[in-house]
Amino acid sequence: MTDTVLSLDRISKRFGALIANDAISFDLKQGEIVALLGENGAGKTTLMNILFGHYVADDGSISVFGKSLPPGQPRAAIQAGIGMVHQHFTLADNLTVLDNIMLGTEKPWRLSSRKSEARQRLTKLAQDFGLAIEPDKTVAELSVGERQRVEILKVLYREARILILDEPTAVLTPQESQSLFATLKKLTAQGLSIIFISHKLNEVLSVSDRIFVLRAGRLVAERPTKGTTRKELAELMVGRPIAEPKIEPQPHGDIHVEIRAVTTADGLDHADLTLHGGEILGLAGVSGNGQTALANLLSGLSPPKSGTLHIFGEDAARWTPDLVTRKRIARIPEDRHAEGLVADMSVTENVIAEIYREPRFNKRGFLDWRAAEGFAEEIIKGFDVKCPSPTTRVRLLSGGNMQKLILGRTLSLAPRFILACQPARGLDIGAVSYVHERLIQARKSGASVLLISDDLDEILALADRVAVIYRGRISEPLPRQQVTIQELGLMMAGHGFSEGDAHAA
Amino acid sequence: MRLEPREKPSLLITIAYPALAVLAVFVFAGFLVSLSGANPFSVFGLVLKGAAGSQFALFETLTRATPLIFTGLAAAVAFRAKLWNIGAEAQLYMGAVATVVFGTGLLPLPSPVLIPILLIVATLAGALTLLGPAFLKVRFGVDEVVTTLLLNFIVILFVSLLLEGPLKDPMGMGWPQTKKVIAEAQLPKLIQGKRLHFGFILALVAAVAVWVINTRTALGYEMKAVGFNPRASRFAGMKVDRVMLKTALLSGGLAGLAGLSEVSGLKGNLTLDLSPGFGYAGIVVAMLALLHPLGVVAAAIFVAGIFVGADAMSRSAQVPSYIAQVMVASALLAMVTAVMFTRYRLRWK
Repeated sequence: MTDTVLSLDRISKRFGALIANDAISFDLKQGEIVALLGENGAGKTTLMNILFGHYVADDGSISVFGKSLPPGQPRAAIQAGIGMVHQHFTLADNLTVLDNIMLGTEKPWRLSSRKSEARQRLTKLAQDFGLAIEPDKTVAELSVGERQRVEILKVLYREARILILDEPTAVLTPQESQSLFATLKKLTAQGLSIIFISHKLNEVLSVSDRIFVLRAGRLVAERPTKGTTRKELAELMVGRPIAEPKIEPQPHGDIHVEIRAVTTADGLDHADLTLHGGEILGLAGVSGNGQTALANLLSGLSPPKSGTLHIFGEDAARWTPDLVTRKRIARIPEDRHAEGLVADMSVTENVIAEIYREPRFNKRGFLDWRAAEGFAEEIIKGFDVKCPSPTTRVRLLSGGNMQKLILGRTLSLAPRFILACQPARGLDIGAVSYVHERLIQARKSGASVLLISDDLDEILALADRVAVIYRGRISEPLPRQQVTIQELGLMMAGHGFSEGDAHAA
Repeated sequence: MRLEPREKPSLLITIAYPALAVLAVFVFAGFLVSLSGANPFSVFGLVLKGAAGSQFALFETLTRATPLIFTGLAAAVAFRAKLWNIGAEAQLYMGAVATVVFGTGLLPLPSPVLIPILLIVATLAGALTLLGPAFLKVRFGVDEVVTTLLLNFIVILFVSLLLEGPLKDPMGMGWPQTKKVIAEAQLPKLIQGKRLHFGFILALVAAVAVWVINTRTALGYEMKAVGFNPRASRFAGMKVDRVMLKTALLSGGLAGLAGLSEVSGLKGNLTLDLSPGFGYAGIVVAMLALLHPLGVVAAAIFVAGIFVGADAMSRSAQVPSYIAQVMVASALLAMVTAVMFTRYRLRWK
């Protein structure tokens, strides 16, 4: 069982001056899960794109099952038995699961489609690997976890023997991730081999057999999973020692936010929450249980249908996003691409998006671009945003730098209340600890922070009190010292919430 | 075969590709010309001569460019905010209607008073014509491509009704046309005895004004942001619906001015052939200009030059003036392709 199924030999790839991959060699054995660990931009995705034939390497060779793989031909990679599950799903929402899986597997000039045959094969695959799925549902009806199952089945249907999963848990809840890991173990038990790309240490430690660490395009370490620690991996990844966030206990201040029995059109159902100055309140929950609705409510995007909302003692039920900003409420949106930034505008244009109406930028309808650029430069410096200049289009920044830009834009206004939705999602370790540092600083200065996150580790590391949101209702917050991951997991599944009243949405 | 974005297009590429595009247009049009049995070089020479070969030709080109600058600006302003205004034709005609309603004697005022009033009513008429579709879009999500396009036909039939009815010139020998605007309502000619009129100056002023709005004002900034990402704009606190309506007023108003300029500056009255598709050609002009307001001026003169030049050419050579349509259309396709290739590169593997 130690046959090598895949080996990469001194793969190098340059993009202009940037060396994305520098003579990377590694091998994959049958029935094993190898993790490729590295921060954003370390070269993981480039390497896999070379393996899959999307890019042609400048140097080096690849062999699969003993045969060398012709470069730059995705079809050859598929035929050799390599299958890729992308970070962003490539499914057609309006087609059924079965149609999605068959898509592209039949010759276009065939007149009839062998659907029943395909259905049998799919059902058998699903049974063999324990991937429960309903073939006739449309993809639009599926949850994120189910969609990922379809992606995996799609690859298995094409008879892949080597699976590449690119950041597969980025969109999953902890529960969904656990079930994905169980699936992966089943796959390897049947002789498949898996490359698992991630920057999340806990996942890599719990799922893989061996770990390769990439940093700045180079392979810096190979470790057997059993013989390494979280701390060692983190330091290998970042290249320097890392400090865990430290939170000093401090007394609560005044009440900043008070939500009483609020119901909204987009998902809150008699939700209650009280938030004090100088505290971080962590809100856990399986995604889709009303987190977005709560964020929209506090951002001024969707008003309550019933119930009351007070912020800083004022009735905030009808506040608009504009007014919310003027009341010194900082918002870190869940989706920085769709909601936080305008990717095709410059850094300068983006940093003034919330405050361009203020007199310091706005002189009777005319914008003072010099002042705006000064503000952008302040943020770039103060928040360590890596970008060539304030005129750079935001699209060209990395995810971490985009997030720093949003933080800078909103935290430089000395906010009293920070609404942080998934603030660390998709960021690498360096950026995550930076974001956390900033939130802790704000707490120290007396601001209140509502931290909405799918990541329990994040909540337990930062929050003074922890609450759980389930079907639009929010549990009574408990001090962090009094909760465990197990308890939170149960509450996230609905335990402890009274049965929904008749008016549940 | 696939496209790969370029990190930073080099200066050479940004100049060479559009130049290649222009060359491609001439090669293609030259091929068609030689099919019709003429010598492409002499035909192009005639087109150039007809468009800019004499003072008369040049003024004629600028006269033709004037309404195209207005409609081009109308499209450029709207498209930048992703408001797909395909109805500049309708807004132009409504601007013309407003001009004849107020300019044919209803207001017996001296020029310095009457002309500003006409500017305002024509702008308002065009603006309000687009406000309806824009309101339907923001309030009910009705697709403005459909509503503005269909409104063109409704407005042209409405104008036809006016020309047969209330606005019909009693001295017009039965022709469907309105009375001439009074002398005080006419835009002065720029040069005595030539057709080029003050409307051209207005168009240049409008282009500069739009440029200033786009680059310097909060509204211009909002229109850009809303065009790129309405959701993020709303999140940041912009009133997206209101920005859309303002964009509609601006865009429709500019197209309305094209109607005023044609009636008061050139034709004198309103007929159904006031615009040979200036509203639609404005879309081509805006796209050729990559939505840049000053680029609109250049693109409008280019398109007008080809049409005027081709008309002159077809009178002396035996080549149909339809070649102008082919050249403008292929210029648009070539330019859009060239722009794409300055931003992306083609990879064969």
